[in-house]
Amino acid sequence: MFEGVPLTWFLVVATIMFFIGIYGFLVRRNLITILMSLELILNSVCINFVAFNKLLYPQHLEGMFFTVFIIAVAAAEASVAIAIIINIYRRLVDIDVEKMQEMKH
Amino acid sequence: MFFLFSAIIVVFSILTVTSRRILRAATFLLFVLVSTAGLYFMLRFNFLAAIQLTLYAGGIVVLIIFSILLTSQVGAKLELPGLTKRSWAALAAITGAFLCIYTILQYEFPAPPVPLERTDVHVIGKALISTDKYGYALPFEVISILLLAAMVGSIIIAKKRKD
Repeated sequence: MFEGVPLTWFLVVATIMFFIGIYGFLVRRNLITILMSLELILNSVCINFVAFNKLLYPQHLEGMFFTVFIIAVAAAEASVAIAIIINIYRRLVDIDVEKMQEMKH
Repeated sequence: MFFLFSAIIVVFSILTVTSRRILRAATFLLFVLVSTAGLYFMLRFNFLAAIQLTLYAGGIVVLIIFSILLTSQVGAKLELPGLTKRSWAALAAITGAFLCIYTILQYEFPAPPVPLERTDVHVIGKALISTDKYGYALPFEVISILLLAAMVGSIIIAKKRKD
């Protein structure tokens, strides 16, 4: 089904997704939307790994295992980040990054 | 098929980072993750696509939606950041994307060899617990300890303090 689709196109799609994630990471001010941009970035890296694995070295499974581990790390990171966000919300009643200056000094 | 999935990915990624309603942004993120799973199915990584669907699209998006419901009013619009900030961020992102895509298009990748039919779950399971050359026993154990630590840590961080 993917015969005829070169590796380059997968990489281009993943690159576009990665930089959309970067844009969101820079622009957004709500902590949860920043977390969502982070998920976009991680996901684009996963696409890269999988495409390299399948289209360059189909006899090995390295890219697949890296993607599995990235997904596990992303799940752990999301749970810890959301715990921190809920804790911040309980203390400051706002999760805007520009208003969080209590831990600065 | 590839074009359909990549069009969905690109359009809904843009909507995810530009939508002003946070719950809608989470839904668009769900679409992006599901069509990524479609890409994995297209590459015949069935097990990986199943993991993507259950863990990312099922687990993480639900977690994000729960935390949105806990921390913000539904239907409230996010305020837009300043125009200068947005344009600088867009400039940085577009420049980086063009540089990367240009480099990728310049590089000559070797022609793909004949791909295997599909990756069997037997092979994946054996590689995940083997200690041989292409075995992943050590990362598997490390990731289990990481998950345990993250679970304990998030419970401790989010629990109510008595003070």
